[in-house]
Amino acid sequence: MAKTVVVTGLGATTPLGGDVPSTWEGALAGKSGVRTLDNDWAEKHGITSNFAGQVAVKPEEVLSRPETKRMDPSAQMAIVATREAWKDAGEPEVDPARLGVVVSSGIGGVWTLLNAWDTVQEKGAARVRPMTVPMLMPNSPAAYVELELGAKAGAHAPVSACASGAEAIGMAYKMIVDGRAEVAVAGGTEAATHPVTIASFGAMHALSTRNDDPAGASRPYDVTRDGFVMGEGSGILVLESEEHAKARGAHIYARLSGVGMSADAHHIAAPEPTGEGQTRAMTFGLDDAGLTTADVCHVNAHATSTVVGDMIEARAIAGLMGSRASEVLLSATKSMTGHLLGGAGAVESVFTIKALAERLAPPTINVTEPDPELEVDLVRDKPRELPEGDIAAINNSFGFGGHNVALVFTNA
Amino acid sequence: MAKSEQEVLEGLANIVAEETGVDAADVQGDKSFTDDLDIDSLSMMTIVTVAEEEFDVRIPDEDVQNLVTVNDAVKYITAAQS
Repeated sequence: MAKTVVVTGLGATTPLGGDVPSTWEGALAGKSGVRTLDNDWAEKHGITSNFAGQVAVKPEEVLSRPETKRMDPSAQMAIVATREAWKDAGEPEVDPARLGVVVSSGIGGVWTLLNAWDTVQEKGAARVRPMTVPMLMPNSPAAYVELELGAKAGAHAPVSACASGAEAIGMAYKMIVDGRAEVAVAGGTEAATHPVTIASFGAMHALSTRNDDPAGASRPYDVTRDGFVMGEGSGILVLESEEHAKARGAHIYARLSGVGMSADAHHIAAPEPTGEGQTRAMTFGLDDAGLTTADVCHVNAHATSTVVGDMIEARAIAGLMGSRASEVLLSATKSMTGHLLGGAGAVESVFTIKALAERLAPPTINVTEPDPELEVDLVRDKPRELPEGDIAAINNSFGFGGHNVALVFTNA
Repeated sequence: MAKSEQEVLEGLANIVAEETGVDAADVQGDKSFTDDLDIDSLSMMTIVTVAEEEFDVRIPDEDVQNLVTVNDAVKYITAAQS
């Protein structure tokens, strides 16, 4: 019989707070972590979006100096979140050969790469730091987590743009279900608030340009939404086989009951307009969990605040849920954090798990006039209670390239 | 202006501490980088790269392998400055 996967530890560093309690508290209070950038990039480089959701607690405030010199900020944030999650899980004793790691980034070590290019141009190749490659490679956060925990079952870093963090959690789930690991540390991280990244997303017209109101810029489903807001940070889960968690008396937050993945095969950046691939991912996830739409009470949407993307997903959810669409509480937490790219699916999994554990769906802020086509019950401004009994929640993540991931969590 | 051996030792100790986490006070003249301070080759290359810039010297790869102890590095850098 297939193993049941449970969540026993949570860690995060986000624009709302330096750990899970402060992040969750900020989300329930409907706070925005988005601020005007404290630099001269708009003036100097002409970036058209001069704001982002930057981490509330910078990793250098909690890590040692050598750690910050040897890790790209994306790996630093993953380590901060990993230490919290591992401690939260009670530092489980597990055979290292049965401990897995799957930690992804959507963009990789972009600061390290571009700083090295600056060094080459300004000082010559001889001045490039020998740690540059281990810092810029996109598997670096996974490798540092592997080293941190002495995890030997395997360390992976699946990359699928903004679905990366969710895909990592899905792969870690498979490691446990397939018997490769008893415990797997999984999540995503991103530290790509850099003028090149902002300019590049800006060139696609993907970013909000609401420079006069940064905290109001990420407004999924609002009729005046105009693009996503860059975010940064990391979310990490400790996943464990249920028997292993129970044998050691661990606190169980929730179950990861099913994982659904699909691809659109439609366009390199645009989502497929009917949402057929997104629907398939959610359906596969529910099938994998042995559940039906009748079990689903809450969806943490991908909803990035783009004009096209938000409603494709909302229609896919409404279509899948059918007559129950108006009973599903929909939360778009990117309204508060901005879009953490490769970190998004992981931080939003933390929100989904906390929502199940506390029976409280977090709010969606900045929606003053919801899109008239929205049929799902959007949680606005204040958290709302989830029903008692056995319930399921879906966390959706979609990435450029047509990658769709739906994670199905159920209450403990 | 060229630095004295004592100044080079202090500067080098700071670089080693900053890059590897080894306590600067442990970076003493007779200590071996690998055997006593547990510094791996990648960290040693990093220390050399940073020291080259800090002290404005060049330390060719073929000379790095001769820098076994902290004293070897201090003497090399001090001499290479002038």
